[in-house]
Amino acid sequence: MTKVIRVVLPHHLRTLANVRGEVELTVEGPVTQRSVLDALEAGYPMLRGTIRDHVTQQRRPFLRFFACQEDLSHEPPDAPLPDAVASGKEPFIVIGAIAGG
Amino acid sequence: MSKVRVLVGTRKGAFVLTSDGKREKWDINGPHFAGWEMYHLKGSPADPNRLYASQTSGWFGQIIQRSDDGGKTWHQPGTPPGEQVAPGGMPKGESNKFVYDTSAETGKPLTTHQFYDGKQHPWEFKRVWHLEPSLTDPDTVYAGVEDAAIFRSTDGGKNWKELPGLRGHGTGPKWQPGAGGMCLHTIILDPSNPQRIFIAISAAGAFRTDDGGKTWKPINRGLRSQYIPDPTAEVGHCVHHIAMNPSRPGVLFMQKHWDVMRSDDAGDSWREVSGNLPTDFGFVIDVHAHEPETIYVVPIKSDSEHYVHEGKLGVYRSRTGGNEWEALTKGLPQSDCYVNVLRDAMAVDSLDKCGIYFGTTGGQVYASADAGDSWSPIVRDLPAVLSVEVQTLA
Repeated sequence: MTKVIRVVLPHHLRTLANVRGEVELTVEGPVTQRSVLDALEAGYPMLRGTIRDHVTQQRRPFLRFFACQEDLSHEPPDAPLPDAVASGKEPFIVIGAIAGG
Repeated sequence: MSKVRVLVGTRKGAFVLTSDGKREKWDINGPHFAGWEMYHLKGSPADPNRLYASQTSGWFGQIIQRSDDGGKTWHQPGTPPGEQVAPGGMPKGESNKFVYDTSAETGKPLTTHQFYDGKQHPWEFKRVWHLEPSLTDPDTVYAGVEDAAIFRSTDGGKNWKELPGLRGHGTGPKWQPGAGGMCLHTIILDPSNPQRIFIAISAAGAFRTDDGGKTWKPINRGLRSQYIPDPTAEVGHCVHHIAMNPSRPGVLFMQKHWDVMRSDDAGDSWREVSGNLPTDFGFVIDVHAHEPETIYVVPIKSDSEHYVHEGKLGVYRSRTGGNEWEALTKGLPQSDCYVNVLRDAMAVDSLDKCGIYFGTTGGQVYASADAGDSWSPIVRDLPAVLSVEVQTLA
């Protein structure tokens, strides 16, 4: 089933991707961190390597994933995201750690 | 009439400064890539409108940017302006992938180096410190990276491949990071011999290839460093920068952590030429465009105090290839100045008289249009300057 997911990117990645505001992505199948980030990188290839390492596909250490007032950074990449994200009611938020602001 | 274009990388963006040959009035263009650390920008000698830039961030990693119009517009290589290949009309970026070569076919490059605590540590890519475009091909460019290695692109920065013979040389376990990380920061292409490249690493030392990057050898004989167990070891020296005048490629000048050094045999041996410098710690070193025995350094007080000596900013010039130095201070602050000048933050143009440029951690970019006799700031209040390069344009 095709779902439209909302993603909020940090300022520098919005600039790099040349987008304003939220990004809307179409995701086929289960809505997980991996499927959302795969769709994001397919639509905006210049973001490859900026959120996940090119090779390991691990989340870059100074980035976090939030949604529905929860920190999902340490959830398994294939775990389902909250229903509110999958339904487009709430965004999936990619945010930079505050360290070094 | 000739023009000059000065490319400035800072902690928070890039700036392009342009002037005519008089070098009195300047246009300041920027910031490009606002908020990003811009470690280095450099133009292709074969096509002055082709610029490469290293855009980096502790949060988001490494981005390579390219301009094909002298810095007016930029794109990630592989994303030509106007080309729309992905859904939504987004360009296709694929230039940012720097992956160390671990293949058996290319010599099994080493996988660990010495860490700050003396233990062995795996190589981890962090950023590109220096981009060195080919002297003849605008699409070929070398990248010096942290953790130290050299990469090459032959398609305009779109794809990068490591030259693994450097890390495979065999001394890697003795390389260690300096205060700025374990970076390959200097790449010099020999204009008289396309197979010869010089590089330098903090803290491993200088290396040379004579076969286009397949094999490398350390060229550190004569260096003496008290901060390693064997002060005259083959590797482990914290070389800060090396400079060469293209008309005399066998003569190299080096600013080491401490000591200014000179080699007259393409790095096979070095001798100290610090002479009467007030301190021989520093980062930058460069050579006059037309006088190969005239060299420039900016003495820094010490490795514990990374600012200029006695609160006075001074460029020191030797017209004798070292040992005898004169302070050049006209136009530079001579009290209460505590800036640093980082290793890639000095450059020379090829006009007559030779122009000298340098940037400070205080955000000033100074220029001299008379080979260093007098200085004036092009701009005073940029973010901390990481690198300065200059292009002399017809």
